[in-house]
Amino acid sequence: MDQLLRMIVDLLMTLGNGTLLSTQNEARGDLRETIDWIIRRSDRILDLMVEHLWLVLFTLVIAIVVSVIVGIFISYYETLAQPVLGVCQVLMVIPSIAMLAFMVTIFGIGFTSGVVALVLYSLLPIVRNTYTGIRELDPAILESAKGMGMTERRILFKIKLPLARPVIMAGVRTAAVMMIGIAALAAYVGAGGLGELIFQGIGRGHRPMIIAGAIGVSIIAVAFDYILYYGEKRFSVEGRTREGN
Amino acid sequence: MFRTLWVWIGIPLIMIGIVAAMIIYSVNNPTDSIVERMLTYERVFRVIRQHASLLLISMTGATIVGVLGGIMLSRPSLYRAGRVVETIVNIGQTVPSIAILALFYTILGMGFRVAVFALFLYSILPILRNTFAGIDGVDYSIIEAARGMGMHPLRILTKIELPIAFPIIVAGFRTAIVINVGAATLATFIGGGGLGDLIVTGLAVRREMIILNGAALAALSAILLDYLIGKAEERVVKWS
Repeated sequence: MDQLLRMIVDLLMTLGNGTLLSTQNEARGDLRETIDWIIRRSDRILDLMVEHLWLVLFTLVIAIVVSVIVGIFISYYETLAQPVLGVCQVLMVIPSIAMLAFMVTIFGIGFTSGVVALVLYSLLPIVRNTYTGIRELDPAILESAKGMGMTERRILFKIKLPLARPVIMAGVRTAAVMMIGIAALAAYVGAGGLGELIFQGIGRGHRPMIIAGAIGVSIIAVAFDYILYYGEKRFSVEGRTREGN
Repeated sequence: MFRTLWVWIGIPLIMIGIVAAMIIYSVNNPTDSIVERMLTYERVFRVIRQHASLLLISMTGATIVGVLGGIMLSRPSLYRAGRVVETIVNIGQTVPSIAILALFYTILGMGFRVAVFALFLYSILPILRNTFAGIDGVDYSIIEAARGMGMHPLRILTKIELPIAFPIIVAGFRTAIVINVGAATLATFIGGGGLGDLIVTGLAVRREMIILNGAALAALSAILLDYLIGKAEERVVKWS
């Protein structure tokens, strides 16, 4: 596997020599060094990548459960809606490294601080979207459900949540993409993940390491964005039938 | 009148007062000698100054470039390019700020200027996108009517397109500034200074007092700016 990768890289480098990079010797050396390093340490990079994804997915599950419950709650108790959303807004505005620092003073260095900070961050997009998704349903639908004698619980699970699902998914997407970036910072408080490469690289002045970390995080973020975008489209069946296509 | 004063001066002063009290207390009552050495008024003022200049320089540049770029891209001759740039901007915004800062560190090295440059580029994105989207969203029949009245394209831009797009541009500015304050606290990792400096120092020497002060300052700067711009935005929306 290693050899195959090396061959591909060599091929690319020889192609690159003739055209793009021949004018920039230094840049070529750098690129070569980076690719070499990435191949050599691919096991560690993959490990960290899995760790990163694990942190994000683990947190995302907690965040979705908590936020959707809060969102449903404030859709029933209207007076609480504005204060709760206001608090979520403030939480999201706080710079991520400051939030992580606060968590360190409470939970100490480690995985927990990272998870709690990430959950607090992702509250706003999901809570707000759950709330607006439920609020903006056609009252006629709810009325007819009530008229059919559905209990409030059944209305919630059979009508409100399924119809609000596309909006909630949009919030989850925003939250997930944001989380990937903040999870990179969480490495600084010992939560692990690709951020470790960035911080270690900066600490040692080791450029290939930084590039691997930064590009890895970016790729995960962009990939998540795309995957969830298509997920959103697939899930919004209701929207499709209404428009007739 | 009283209400306006309260909204614009009262609430911000209360927020600043709480954090200032916290800093004064901790500088005067250090828990040990390390905190005493690391947390001084000079240092606090220095990081605030650094943070403010990081924000000010990068935001000024980004606003000018973003708005002008957005206007240029929305011209009919560049419209196709505008769509492409929009896609690129969307992808660029997905990239986390720490990754942007780290990549610029590998290209340009350490320092304040590099941090400013990275922040500048990163905050252009929301402003550019919203300017483009705002002007793009202006109802075409209005522009047609203006053209029929014999208005010069420049006048159409300044009298019709920009005023209609203004609330959206301001929303982009607000997004940019929130992102920028958050990213500016990360500038310390590439030697740019700023409020993140206190947090990182505090984490390095494991002194909660320094961490808390740094985090409180960073949170205050972000919340305050977001609050003030949010209020200004409400005004703008009401006014237009």
